[in-house]
Amino acid sequence: MSESGALPASAAEGSPRLPFGTRLAMFMRLLAIQGSWNYEILLGNGIGFCLEPALRGLPGGLHSPAFHTALARESRYFNAHPYLAAIAVGALARAELDQEEPARIERFRTALCGPLGSVGDRLVWAGWLPFCSLASLAVFGLGGSPLLVVLLFLGLYNLGHFGLLVWGLNTGWSHGLRVASALGNPVLRRGPQEIGRLAALATGIAIPLALGRVIGPGRSLMGEVLVAVALGSFVIVRAQTRIEGWRLSLVVLAAIVLFSVIR
Amino acid sequence: MNLLDVLPIALLGGVLGLDVVSFPQAMISRPLVAATLAGALIGEALGGLLLGAALELIALETLPFGASRYPEWGSASVVGGAIFAANPEHPGAMTVSVLAALGTTWVGGWTMVKLRQLNAVSARRRRGALEAGARGTVISLQLMGMTADLARGALLTGVAYVALAPLAAWCLARWSMDATLSRAIVVAAAASVAGGAAWKLFHSTTGARWFFVGGLAIGFFFLFVK
Repeated sequence: MSESGALPASAAEGSPRLPFGTRLAMFMRLLAIQGSWNYEILLGNGIGFCLEPALRGLPGGLHSPAFHTALARESRYFNAHPYLAAIAVGALARAELDQEEPARIERFRTALCGPLGSVGDRLVWAGWLPFCSLASLAVFGLGGSPLLVVLLFLGLYNLGHFGLLVWGLNTGWSHGLRVASALGNPVLRRGPQEIGRLAALATGIAIPLALGRVIGPGRSLMGEVLVAVALGSFVIVRAQTRIEGWRLSLVVLAAIVLFSVIR
Repeated sequence: MNLLDVLPIALLGGVLGLDVVSFPQAMISRPLVAATLAGALIGEALGGLLLGAALELIALETLPFGASRYPEWGSASVVGGAIFAANPEHPGAMTVSVLAALGTTWVGGWTMVKLRQLNAVSARRRRGALEAGARGTVISLQLMGMTADLARGALLTGVAYVALAPLAAWCLARWSMDATLSRAIVVAAAASVAGGAAWKLFHSTTGARWFFVGGLAIGFFFLFVK
């Protein structure tokens, strides 16, 4: 890539073209967007890091005042879901290369934070990730081999992960500061609900099947285990504001180990 | 146990610890994958998968939402998977290995908070350069954060494995509970956490409870038909 790698040449539709090399560099950097995540500027430095290859396309290139001013602006505080931040990266790259007014870019950055965070959390962390995990656990419960289960989980999950990054970067770039309309995309609007239902179905299938395979020699106690799971789930839901289930499990298992070792 | 036993485990833990947040978040750090890889490293991939499935049920409760503080499952699953894969047939192996993973995940969550604080200190020290739009500073902050995260995961995994593997062996040598009850308790605990997590995630989704009930019917059908 040349120093002024991003060439905003006009395409037939009138939308500037982002060279493939620049797009690829931005995509690769999106995978590391949280590399310096911290409690002060959160994703801020990561956004600057991802935009840097595109900013080289500003007039004067890498050593110009325009490059430094834009990079400084883009490396300030920013918060979003790491995958949907691709939309922001694409849109901000377009805005910077179109040399939009700095105040307008800053207002746009601020406005993007909320929606990109909440939509991403519901779509990915509360929907797609549990769905992929539970679907793979169901396959495990049906007797899937280690290779099959691992490949299924990674393949399915990353189809969504990488797909979202590519779509976000392209959508952000093609819409620029008018990207808000793209947030009305059916996948983002209705996706969390639909994936939530699928994940609920996968939960119902996966828990008994996974339980049945992991239990191994404990299968003769299956009835008692199912009653314990129903009661345990109820207790964990009721106690959710006081203690997390994994901590409760830690305490219970520590007590069991102590009992079994000391007895 | 010598350096050659610990080093591959620690390196795997480092790479998977890095995946949790910093790079590339492809979820190779999820217990289902991480424990299986650790098991494969010991020569017992199936054992790793069994432990990974139990841990995955528990990990469903702690998803990486925004700036929330959550346990770090990547390195912890490597420690648990390696311990279980070394003794997969022992009656108490799963209980002890899940406990080792839960302890490590707790400490791992704390180390992630410390790393984020360290990243903030680094960014604050370079504020002048960041405000001047220095390219080298932006890139070096990112690379330093990722390197520190890799080192954090490797160190955590190495130390936890060195400390917990002998302790697990000691516990297993004195284990008195039979395999049936041991395994039943672990599975009940893990599935309870998963059940609670599923309710928290999906109870507000319209119609989700009916999908869940339908799923349960399918799940139980296959469980008892198999």
